[in-house]
Amino acid sequence: MKVLVAVKRVVDYNVKVRPKADGSDVDIANVKMSINPFCEIAVEEAVRLKEKGVASEIVVVSMGPKQCQEQIRTALALGADRGIHVETDAELQPLAVAKCLNALVAKESPELVIMGKQSIDGDNNQTGQMLGALSGLPQGTFASEVNVADGKVAVTREVDGGLQTVSLSLPAIVTTDLRLNEPRYAKLPDIMKAKRKPVENVSPEDLGVDVAPRTKTLKVEPPAQRQAGIKVSDVSELVEKLKNEAKVI
Amino acid sequence: MSILVIAEHDNASLKGATLNTVTAAQSIGGDIDVLVAGAGCGAAAEAAAKISGVNKVLVADNAAYGHQLAENVAPLIAEIGKAYTHILAPATTTGKNIMPRAAALLDVQPISDIISVESADTFKRPVYAGNVIATVQSADVTKVITVRGTAFDAAAGEGGSAAVEAVDTAHDSGVSSFVGEELAKSDRPELTAAKVVISGGRGMQNGENFEMLYKIADKLGAAVGASRAAVDAGFVPNDMQVGQTGKIVAPELYIAVGISGAIQHLAGMKDSKVIVAINKDEEAPIFQVADYGLVADLFEAVPELDGKL
Repeated sequence: MKVLVAVKRVVDYNVKVRPKADGSDVDIANVKMSINPFCEIAVEEAVRLKEKGVASEIVVVSMGPKQCQEQIRTALALGADRGIHVETDAELQPLAVAKCLNALVAKESPELVIMGKQSIDGDNNQTGQMLGALSGLPQGTFASEVNVADGKVAVTREVDGGLQTVSLSLPAIVTTDLRLNEPRYAKLPDIMKAKRKPVENVSPEDLGVDVAPRTKTLKVEPPAQRQAGIKVSDVSELVEKLKNEAKVI
Repeated sequence: MSILVIAEHDNASLKGATLNTVTAAQSIGGDIDVLVAGAGCGAAAEAAAKISGVNKVLVADNAAYGHQLAENVAPLIAEIGKAYTHILAPATTTGKNIMPRAAALLDVQPISDIISVESADTFKRPVYAGNVIATVQSADVTKVITVRGTAFDAAAGEGGSAAVEAVDTAHDSGVSSFVGEELAKSDRPELTAAKVVISGGRGMQNGENFEMLYKIADKLGAAVGASRAAVDAGFVPNDMQVGQTGKIVAPELYIAVGISGAIQHLAGMKDSKVIVAINKDEEAPIFQVADYGLVADLFEAVPELDGKL
């Protein structure tokens, strides 16, 4: 079974991002970039499926500028077999990414597509579902457990009320939630080996996709800041403040 | 302008998030219709008809929609929704699952998790775990939007008398099926709707110790939440997680116990009116957003708090 995994290059989750002074965009010059954490979980899940003998080949795809090669190489070091880089300097919105992925799904015919449920920059949580619509494939979003058997995949999903399990016929799309697995670290020999794995370079035009943005960011600004509070000395003072000052209990 | 609101419900009753979404629709302006897609969902449709400000309720009652499978509901929303200028749903796990799929069928780039309406085509939404607020303008003919419930007041659930109309089209993709669910059962209020929330973090050390929080919750009529660290450690189930990728809460009072305050957690609770933090590490970032901070060992402070309430 071939598995296609999509990974996104994002600002590292430890970096606190701020808007630029003119409010035109966020300031991400010279900050550390990494694989989006949810995408890392997607790579790990694919590698585990391969280790179990369920998956035979893992193709990793990333989209964006030249530097996305770094994230593709990281995924290759973690165990993916080959890479596809959809290279463009254009702004890619989720719909455009889903269209590019749909073209790759048509070309590669994977049995399973695994991707993160959202990226920690845009926080959109859209691309997997949109790929589902464009390809007509079923979707198991926010997955905390994935089991492939008998031409189907059972996906346990983290939903507001608890957990829900759905059964999807293959091929299918899975988007990962936090507790699906704990990604491994790449070992040095694997990082060296990853440098020799093949990475194909294509453009959105090659895939026949118009990536023109549909939404425009007019402004970015910091959220309303909270006033600094006080420290109370003990529980009695806390209860007194909540009752008489904040009047919330 | 005409707006279609997708109701969140469990067939028997309407979920509160629907009411907040109706308020967001009202701030865009125009006729508001509500779509209730489900199986045996007559009661939910009747409840939707009573929401103040709703023009018409469309009911798609079919076994294929019973479990809100995106493969079946998204084509229904796309088909009905194309007659509207805006399609809105709550930014719950159900809304987030279905709406992008419906949007792509309409060739629309959706806008997730809006916190304010600036105009009919311009909205504010948090990005980067709420560290940045973006003002976004859509050029698509149909606006497909999910709404953060805590950012909008609930519309009145009574007083309306909308017409109820049946929708006959059935979409059954046949590629997905519902297997089962494990839903948390609790007599406490829902996290996203509670006036008081008390949450525990890694500092709680184990699941049994959450009992201390449940006792206080019952005295205050509160819901109990948790940080990602506490859920990952297996102390409590995932439906209790508050944060960037869990639930977003904005209660009158939020009590954080043994939670250090990672930005991903703050993203889920920093709009609470009053924040209390109890943590033994006085450097913990949670104190930077807390109105009242108590530097103390939670295993002494929490039982004492319980006794004084």
